[in-house]
Amino acid sequence: MILEWAGLAFITVGLAFDLFGCIGLIRLPDVYLRLQAATKCITLGTCSILFGTFLMTGFTSPGIKALLCIYIIALTNPVAAHVIARSAHRGGIKFWKGTVVDHYAEDQGKKL
Amino acid sequence: MKFARWLAGAAALAAVLAVILWRPFPFLFYPKLPLVGFFGRALYVLILASLLCLYRVARGPTSADRIVAVDLLGIMIIGLCAVLTIVTQRSWYLDIGLAWALQSFITILALSKFLEGKDLDS
Repeated sequence: MILEWAGLAFITVGLAFDLFGCIGLIRLPDVYLRLQAATKCITLGTCSILFGTFLMTGFTSPGIKALLCIYIIALTNPVAAHVIARSAHRGGIKFWKGTVVDHYAEDQGKKL
Repeated sequence: MKFARWLAGAAALAAVLAVILWRPFPFLFYPKLPLVGFFGRALYVLILASLLCLYRVARGPTSADRIVAVDLLGIMIIGLCAVLTIVTQRSWYLDIGLAWALQSFITILALSKFLEGKDLDS
C-alpha cells in the first residue's frame, strides 16, 4: 500500500521533471543552454519514473528491468550530453549573442 | 511583439495541460486500454512532452539542436515504456526500453561524430 503511494509520488515527480525539461528545450535560445536545461531534467525525470515503476512492481521481472534501465541511463546519458556539447563546440555551432565567456576556447588558445 | 508571442505560447501550453489533466479522453486507436485514471494522464503528459521534442527536431536552427532533441526523445520513450508496463501488466515493454537506451546511446555517439566534421578515425 505505502509502496504504491510512494511509486505514484515518484512517477508524478518524474513527469513534472520531463515536462519542464521539454519546455526548456523549446524555450531557451542556444544549443548549449538547451543541453544544460534539458538533459539533466530528463535524465532525472526518467530515472524517477523507472524507480516508481520498481517500487510499484517490487522484485519481479519488470522491477529488475526498471533497475537495469536506471543503471544504463545514468551511465550513458551524461556521456552523450558531453559528447554532443564537445562536438557542437568543435563543429563551430554559434553561441547565443548574450554569451559572455567561453572557457573551453580560452583553454585551447582561441579568442571568442 | 515578443512578449505577445511568449504569452500566446504559455497560454496554449496551459490550455492543453488543463484539458489533459482535467478529463483525459480514451485513445481512439486502442480503446481497450483503460486510460482514464492517473496513468492515462501520465501517458498524455509524456506524449505532450514528446510532441514538444518533435517540434524542436522539425524546427531546430542548427543540426546540434536536432541531435539534442533526438537524444531527449529517446530517453523519454523509456519512461513511456515504464508507464505502459504498469498499465498493461506486460513486462516486455521494459525490454523495449532497455534495447532503446543502448541503441539511442550508440546513435547519439555516431551522430555527434558526424557533426564534428572530422574523419571517423580520429
